[in-house]
Amino acid sequence: MRAQRESSYDDLLDALAKADGYYFACPAGHGSLPPQHVCPTCGDDELTTEPLPDTGTVVTFTKIAVPSPAFSGQTPVVVIADFGPVRLTGRFVDELDRLEVGSSVELTIASSPDGDRHICVELASADAVEC
Amino acid sequence: MQAVRIAGVGSTVFGVLPERTGRDLFGEAAQIAIEDSEVPRADIERLCYGNFIGTLTERQGHQAPLMTAAAGVTAPATRYESACASGGVALMSAVEAIRSGTTDVVLVGGMERMHNVTTKQATKGLAMAADDLYESRAGVTFPGAYALMARAYFVEYGGTRADLAAVAVKNHSNAIGNETAQFQREISLTDVIEAPTVADPLGLYDACPITDGASACVLVSESYAAAHDLNTPVNITGAGQGTDSLALQERKSLTQTPATTRAATTAYDEAKITPDDVDLLEVHDCFTIAEVLALEGLGLYEPGEAIDAAATGDTTADGNCPVNLSGGLKAKGHPVGATGVSQVVELTKLLRGDHINTDAVPDATVALAHNAGGTVASATVHVLEVCG
Repeated sequence: MRAQRESSYDDLLDALAKADGYYFACPAGHGSLPPQHVCPTCGDDELTTEPLPDTGTVVTFTKIAVPSPAFSGQTPVVVIADFGPVRLTGRFVDELDRLEVGSSVELTIASSPDGDRHICVELASADAVEC
Repeated sequence: MQAVRIAGVGSTVFGVLPERTGRDLFGEAAQIAIEDSEVPRADIERLCYGNFIGTLTERQGHQAPLMTAAAGVTAPATRYESACASGGVALMSAVEAIRSGTTDVVLVGGMERMHNVTTKQATKGLAMAADDLYESRAGVTFPGAYALMARAYFVEYGGTRADLAAVAVKNHSNAIGNETAQFQREISLTDVIEAPTVADPLGLYDACPITDGASACVLVSESYAAAHDLNTPVNITGAGQGTDSLALQERKSLTQTPATTRAATTAYDEAKITPDDVDLLEVHDCFTIAEVLALEGLGLYEPGEAIDAAATGDTTADGNCPVNLSGGLKAKGHPVGATGVSQVVELTKLLRGDHINTDAVPDATVALAHNAGGTVASATVHVLEVCG
């Protein structure tokens, strides 16, 4: 892990690692992710912390053949998935052949080779995959 | 409110110029634009300058004063940074300065130098336009982000890689003979479709190149142009800017670009035109899918209907509404901080009649420039019109 924590963001990742993820909700039902002082959609500052759904649905994905330097030598697959009122971007760490738009997925956490912790995604029905 | 007239324009050659410094590139573009304008340097009252990653590639912050010296002017200067829309937002400020009545002459431009560092370093720098916490750390690159949008588009509306390839083929064809363009050569649909994958469904030829280069324009107020008997046939009659969430995951739709629509709405209203009035466009085609999204965001096509605009010939040089007659970012090149200004350079020449592709639009009077930053988290739209 990086020596420097990013407050709020790393708190969420800590929670996701314990399968205890959360998001912020405003009275109008808009969802958002930390760090956030007000709802990014409507500006309301009455945010409550709500549990993230256990599973989400893939809305798009890509296999990146020319990766960023942090994933040099790899071909990371990136997914965007809906988890209730929020969308999350994560690196896919499961069987690519079974990934499609509409797949049910769960969240996990991993670190890139340069130490940056980030959100990962695996198929909901799959056994845990080390990433 | 003062009308804004384009007195002079200029660009360097775009391409692989690793040994040329940023100040050298911008100095050349400014010199061409100032000479084209016939405006004395001493009359320039402001420099609005766009640049994205010069702090990394040239280890040079505080670039605006550097560029005043390169241009040979002493005006107050500011650097604008809005990723790939840096040039567009510099242009917005230049237009606003003249409209406010406080300023009569503005030099506006931009520059990017990226081939002096490795491709990895340039890619890492460009990726800073994405959300570091929620996108870059998970491995999202810029081709990756647009690939996410392309797949979402295919799922929602349909479309094929061949449809996107037609955009690349068109823009390469348009760049032939454009002496400042990076790629002045034809490519085929097969070339595009069989090119190595960068981020599926996008391949190498769906992407614009890494480009070094600079562009500049001299903008003047209508009253200054009249007082100095300048030949300024092209006006900027509409200018709009839009903003959206930085991260794709924060957006309701992955297939629409509301920042473009917001910018366009303002620009159309100011110019008192509708999308139907536009004769030609330069749009931000950093990837082939980006041109499709731009045309829909600008209101020229309904969502889901621009995917085959190039394939059917609607947007080719001989089509109903030619798009990216310069070659676009795809073939003319994309010196990031300069791109928004370079679009206006190209459109001005097309409207004035001194562009290699002017014959494709002999009766054109209304043109539109669309510049986008990141995955269109920032967008600017400028409407150019030939003065009556």
